Amino acid sequence: MKPAFRDLAPEGPRVTVRVNGRDLDLRDKANLAAELLAAGVMPFRHTPVSGAARGPFCMMGACFDCLIEVGGTTRQACMMVVSAGLEITLPKGRRNA
Amino acid sequence: MRETDIVILGAGPAGMAAAAQAANVGLSVLVLDEQPHPGGQIWRDVARVAPLRGALLGKDYTAGTAFVHDLDQPGITHLGGASVWQVDPSGEVAFSQDGKAQVVRGRRILLANGALERPMPLPGWTLPGVMTAGAAQILLKASGIVAERAVLVGSGPLIYLIAAQMVRAGVPPLALVETQTRGDFLWAARHLLRAMFGLGYLLKGLGLLRELHRAGVKRFTGVTAIAVDGSDRAEAVTFTAQGCAHRIACDTVLLHHGVVPDTQASRSLNLPHQWDPAQRSFRPLTDRWGRSASPAIFVAGDGAGIAGAQAATLTGQLCALAIAHDLGRLTDGDRDLAARPLRLRLALETAARPFLDRAYPPAAQALVPADGTIICRCEEVTAGAIRKSAAQGCIGPNQTKAFVRAGMGPCQGRYCGSTVTEILSAFHDQSPSQTGTYRIRAPIKPVTLGELAQMDSLGEDPR
Repeated sequence: MKPAFRDLAPEGPRVTVRVNGRDLDLRDKANLAAELLAAGVMPFRHTPVSGAARGPFCMMGACFDCLIEVGGTTRQACMMVVSAGLEITLPKGRRNA
Repeated sequence: MRETDIVILGAGPAGMAAAAQAANVGLSVLVLDEQPHPGGQIWRDVARVAPLRGALLGKDYTAGTAFVHDLDQPGITHLGGASVWQVDPSGEVAFSQDGKAQVVRGRRILLANGALERPMPLPGWTLPGVMTAGAAQILLKASGIVAERAVLVGSGPLIYLIAAQMVRAGVPPLALVETQTRGDFLWAARHLLRAMFGLGYLLKGLGLLRELHRAGVKRFTGVTAIAVDGSDRAEAVTFTAQGCAHRIACDTVLLHHGVVPDTQASRSLNLPHQWDPAQRSFRPLTDRWGRSASPAIFVAGDGAGIAGAQAATLTGQLCALAIAHDLGRLTDGDRDLAARPLRLRLALETAARPFLDRAYPPAAQALVPADGTIICRCEEVTAGAIRKSAAQGCIGPNQTKAFVRAGMGPCQGRYCGSTVTEILSAFHDQSPSQTGTYRIRAPIKPVTLGELAQMDSLGEDPR
């Protein structure tokens, strides 16, 4: 499948970020959610309620649909910037009640 | 604790303009903003981006650069990446930045939180690949990335703007699927005479439509029965137009049917809000200077009622003048003299608003969604579940939380609150004012125990 997003200006220094054990080269200091989308990462997570797939929705920190785990803490990907060595896990599946 | 004359929440048009105006009359200003760089969403990261993509994004975007430069003066401290999680009527504001929580105190607080997209619950709107049109603009502005095979769905001038920007970027949308009707336009035409004072806005809109027409972008209007198809991601948009069923295969669906004030902070302060029937949203009650019912708290910009970026800079400046007067920096006469040209410009800036509000009303389908549609994205609660709880005696949004958990997830009701109010109002045949809204409590943004543990001890300057 063709990537869902086109990068108009792909230049700029890149750093390596680990997503679910896979290395991705993303633009340093750029918006993390945007860089993951441009790299073809989708979905970002599966919901704790039904296990449904989700991706970024608002890109401005309001909807909490781009939640990912960074170093064991749940964070909003759209409110983070890329930095070298980020260890990201994509949340998967229902919460244990 | 750090003390300052004004703490401003938000570095968008209202917050930046207020900061500069306040610093001009000698007040000390602290601007707290969630984003790393000033500009808000409409002028997101404009100082860096304008030289890169200014031509594509247009003059209304690059105009923000001047306001960002005005922040760079001795009286103003701008803290980026600062997430405010509590505001107190006493003037205390708690926020987290770089993994550390802090508390500051302002003699006056200015809420300049801006707007959120009006939630647009449709079947399939939670699928990956469905985003707000605002999100697409943020991706384009801040990151220079554009959705390849996108369909824009809903109503309002923002749809034309983002579509035109996509055309200029060489990645036109597949189609515009619009919900407004010819009837809406005729109804709105009553306001055209007044809107002529805001002629610039109307001409800009026509210019965008011409640009889309020239680029051959397909438009459907008066559309109903919209749904997003797909199993684990968006694959197509289906809808009915002029009695015919359509299906457009796509990878991205961009939703928009207007924006509403972000009242999360103002409601956490228990400020009185009023229902605005023309904009179909709640706004905090303020006087003509932007002062809320709580004397030390002011509200400016779209967070006080949707009027757009230019109007937001003006209401921000009006708040700053009133605050400077409160704190003894301006006499009555000086304040009123400075306010006069601002009010005149504000009248012109808002002249086209009643026309636009009626020509592009929210999509009826999304205001009162079908039973099977998810309305609370976080807890995955359907419109039918809300109606069922209403039939069981749930009369207000705060009871909805206990009945079905709607509004209890991480977004704290930001993207279901207005829908829950609409559904309950319709079910019980009462006004949204009578129905009310979710009660909002701090923390209004997540704060970790680690951030609290790092909090500066009392009395120390956090910097």
